[in-house]
Amino acid sequence: MSEANLTMGHGAGVMEERPFAIPSKKLVMWLFIISDACTFGAMLFAYGYIKNAAPDWPHPFESSSIMNALFMTFILVTSSLTILVATRAAKAGEKSKAIQWTFITVVLGLAFAGLHLKEWFGLIGEGVKLFENPWGAPMFGASFFAITGLHLAHVVSGAIALTVVVLGYKRGRYNSDDLEIWSLYWHFVDLVWMFVVPMVYLMNVKVG
Amino acid sequence: MDSNQGSMKSDLVVYALILILACVQVFVLKGHLVAMLLVAAIQGFLAVMYFMHLSSEKSTLRLALIPGTLFVLVMMNMIWADSYRLIHLKPFAK
Repeated sequence: MSEANLTMGHGAGVMEERPFAIPSKKLVMWLFIISDACTFGAMLFAYGYIKNAAPDWPHPFESSSIMNALFMTFILVTSSLTILVATRAAKAGEKSKAIQWTFITVVLGLAFAGLHLKEWFGLIGEGVKLFENPWGAPMFGASFFAITGLHLAHVVSGAIALTVVVLGYKRGRYNSDDLEIWSLYWHFVDLVWMFVVPMVYLMNVKVG
Repeated sequence: MDSNQGSMKSDLVVYALILILACVQVFVLKGHLVAMLLVAAIQGFLAVMYFMHLSSEKSTLRLALIPGTLFVLVMMNMIWADSYRLIHLKPFAK
């Protein structure tokens, strides 16, 4: 059998079984997720390095900021649950339910982004700049805004991607598999936040 | 695509567990980095295995994704010795 026939799909009977038994699109999303996990890992390690090496690292977060972070966690984890409901509905062929729950997920993501920006503006109002703050180590602002900013960019781009995919799903351009693949990304954004909260917020609580 | 992805009930249990662990981080372990990161690792494991359904995928996928990622993240821990050197303002070893 010629190579041309194999690549055209005529040699399906002699082709090797897919090793992971998932569609290529899903594998690509998993590969993206592990590379992004390494990116966030590197950023959090770099943050830990800078914090560890600074004797006057600021501890600016009061209990209101911590409660805000906990509420943000609640919103993000809830949005993971709502995208699961959407994916299940899409798999069951309940199109309108899938669309509705995906939009609820997007709204929760935007609420998270709003709370995040509120936290940012609060800190900026207290005098935190990229390389300057009123409390101590000047790198605090740069590292805080870099890590939370990268995460915020992921949340916003995830909300945009889910909106695009669900509108395509509504028109019939995308199917339930596409929705499931993008839900993986959304869960990953949720997962990263679980590590950002303890390292960035809970280790910098104001003492006394 | 794989339809064996647990039930809504199991999703709700995982959701509740992740939120409870987040509360434990904030109200019990605040300030204890290693304990908080261990709890975060458990949360991450639950999210990857049950929300992202990696537990119901073929084991070859888990083997392809998890060990390599963990290896890279563990290797990043090499930086700590240098950051402790910096805080004590010690010069490089001769």
